[in-house]
Amino acid sequence: MLHIPLLRAGRPYESLAVSILSDIRDGAPVAEVSQANSGLVARDLAGASANQARLEEIPTAELLEICRRAGEHLGESELPVGEEGQTPKRYLEQVSATTGLPRAMARANLGKARFVLTEMETVLGGLTRGLDPKILDRGWGTQDGRVVSYRRETPVLGAVLPSNSPGVHSLWLPAIPMKVTLALKPGRMEPWTPYRIAQAFIAAGCPAEAFGFYPSDHAGASELLQRCGRSLFYGDSATVEPWKADRRVQLHGPGWSKVVLGEDAAADWQPHLALIAESVAANGGRSCVNASGVWTAAHGRELALEIAAELAKIEARPLDDPKARLAAFPSVEAAWKLSEYIDARLAIPGAEDLTAPLRESRVAEVGGCAFVLPTVIHCTDADHPLARAEFLFPFVSVVELPADELVAGLGSSLVVTALTEDPRLIHQLLTAPHVERLNLGPLPTNRVAWDQPHEGNLFELLYRQRSLQAVGDGMGNPRAAAAG
Amino acid sequence: MTIASGSTLEQRAAEARRQLDVHVREMVAWHFDPATGCPFWLDFAADLDFDPRERIHGYADLKVLGHFQDEWLRGGPIRRWVPKGLADRPLYVFETGGSTGLPKSRVNIEDFQLDYELFSETLSDETFPKGADWLMLGPTGPRRLRLAIEHLAQHRGGASFHVDLDPRWVNKLIKAGKHQEMHLYKEHVIDQGLKILRAHDSVRCLFTTPKLLEALCEKISLAKAGISGIFCGGTEMNAQFHRFAREELVPGIDFVPTYGNTLMGLACHKPFELIENYEITYYPPAPRAVFELVDPDDFERTVDYGETGRVLLTTLTREFFMPRFLERDEGERAEPIEPYPWDGVTNLRLFGRLESSVVVGVY
Repeated sequence: MLHIPLLRAGRPYESLAVSILSDIRDGAPVAEVSQANSGLVARDLAGASANQARLEEIPTAELLEICRRAGEHLGESELPVGEEGQTPKRYLEQVSATTGLPRAMARANLGKARFVLTEMETVLGGLTRGLDPKILDRGWGTQDGRVVSYRRETPVLGAVLPSNSPGVHSLWLPAIPMKVTLALKPGRMEPWTPYRIAQAFIAAGCPAEAFGFYPSDHAGASELLQRCGRSLFYGDSATVEPWKADRRVQLHGPGWSKVVLGEDAAADWQPHLALIAESVAANGGRSCVNASGVWTAAHGRELALEIAAELAKIEARPLDDPKARLAAFPSVEAAWKLSEYIDARLAIPGAEDLTAPLRESRVAEVGGCAFVLPTVIHCTDADHPLARAEFLFPFVSVVELPADELVAGLGSSLVVTALTEDPRLIHQLLTAPHVERLNLGPLPTNRVAWDQPHEGNLFELLYRQRSLQAVGDGMGNPRAAAAG
Repeated sequence: MTIASGSTLEQRAAEARRQLDVHVREMVAWHFDPATGCPFWLDFAADLDFDPRERIHGYADLKVLGHFQDEWLRGGPIRRWVPKGLADRPLYVFETGGSTGLPKSRVNIEDFQLDYELFSETLSDETFPKGADWLMLGPTGPRRLRLAIEHLAQHRGGASFHVDLDPRWVNKLIKAGKHQEMHLYKEHVIDQGLKILRAHDSVRCLFTTPKLLEALCEKISLAKAGISGIFCGGTEMNAQFHRFAREELVPGIDFVPTYGNTLMGLACHKPFELIENYEITYYPPAPRAVFELVDPDDFERTVDYGETGRVLLTTLTREFFMPRFLERDEGERAEPIEPYPWDGVTNLRLFGRLESSVVVGVY
């Protein structure tokens, strides 16, 4: 059976502890994955500074070129996975088989990661707000006539990653051109993408020492979060809660992204129907940028009925069907359990499933897989438990509130798409501390501009601006003193 | 167990089975005799429609008593467990569990000393030198471990230094998600251990848990600190940790993985020279304790060698009689070997179906 090893400073290491990855369609074993014991993670991270030194010596411009080549390898090359070679086609089959993501969606996600790698210069420019990459090499320089200097906060970025969608891995890619090494703990069902990305970087000439790959249990994840100077942590609300107060850890919980319609857009909502459907259902509804709420100032029920009619058209299809738009659940039981969870909450007055009358069951079994079909809830009570719920499938609650109560009612929202020209509502959104990304105008919530920071800026996590005063240019050449 | 050498392994295993049956008869006679048994078992026998002393002739007959329930060990009165035949002896009470609810209590008189003396015979005099002092870095408190390690050190002519770790507090910190506090507590424990190692050159032997060993090795080279033998246990240990310890944490130091618990005593492990791929195989201190690996869906069926089963533990000493207790562990049934010609268990681990409901050792 295929064995996916750990990567310890880029070197494969086969652990004696393994977990078995199975095809969710028939339960057949696909691979065994080495599991890292937490002491091993700790021991490796003690050597993080030495590994980082290998990246430090490479100019940022060259690292950007490595990223470009890595993007090509990721999308085109046969790369090693354990003792075997992995073509892009094989990768798509594997990631689809163990995560339930249709192959077509897996391909689109791979495209995202490839795009970020090949366009890394633009991405980096967006994250650093146009900082000259040479300033990272030298440690300081001038920008717009001002002296600036940045201090790296950690030699290694830890990442406790999810299994829901490979596109999420695009977020940590810029660490490499920022000269920060990586310690990756993949999601249990999705070791494929982080491993392939690491191999693509190594094939492109990146020092292998930049990559630690540590599949492990919760103890291994805690060890990684504890040891890395900075980390990204993906998980549900309860999982990330204990790390909320730790400023070294950037939390990526549920997105609770939303589309907001002001009175103006609500009066003429038909043109926005496609945008709302895409926001809810793109990528199988599995991303944190998928909308799980539509909050409108008027016409809530009409809007909800139309969204329901639109989303109910989406059918469950086998994972290898190019038209597949839904991702499968890990098991039939898991799909039913979630559906029953929703039904239990529907028993509480104030919410109605408008998709229910349009089909026989919320759960469908196709091609050996179980799917939860798109579900649209109309909430007449903005405090109903389903009003701000989010699940790993196309699920949306439509909530109607008076325009001046909309923004306060949203709650934490990763992305808000605002469909309105009401300056008062726009101002409220711009000043709302609970809204992370904001799309003003008809942009779906899942439309990501890569030159904009996402869910916290990776550069701001990894670097901190420091005051700098230098006599001369800091290289022994006289020049006027400057203050940053 | 004393078994004549010179015979084949098969003959020795048969002899071990015969001696076990003799031992079972002796223990049943002791525990169910109104003059020597404890109130719990005498009361238990009073409710039976047979006399266990007449019905039980060997290990296989213990089935007639059903399965020991560890719930019986929670709460008092503690003296219902003291055999009348030992009533005048000084009594120890050791606890196990207790992270949630009432801990289980087991009375002890000298069993733990005997267990550790037997275990001592398996240690190398070169790496665990006689007369050397010990550091015991791990859970002490109400556990058997502190006194047991101290007795082991004394039995080998040394003294034992102790640093305590309270696993119940660690469990609370984990449950509350207080990772930083847990880290600080671990540092606090390790700092105390380092002080002892730096101040006392006579310490050559170490007992600690896997997690504390990792933490200690981050701060110090144990070989340079003069440690030549490490006795490691207290929690679940898998082959990967065993390999990691030997290859990376403490290369060159004699590393002895062990398994023991308050209800059984202390197991011995298959010698490193005989094992493949760092697999850890434990053998119970027969005939004082017996492992049987049973089908998790049919406790009456012993699994085949190499097959996975749930551990059914029987403890048979004059102090404690615990027939056919279903442990929370599983593993593969291991064949008898020369030093231990009876069944053992390989890759001992938490029973899969209980994984979510059991608080495992976290220290």
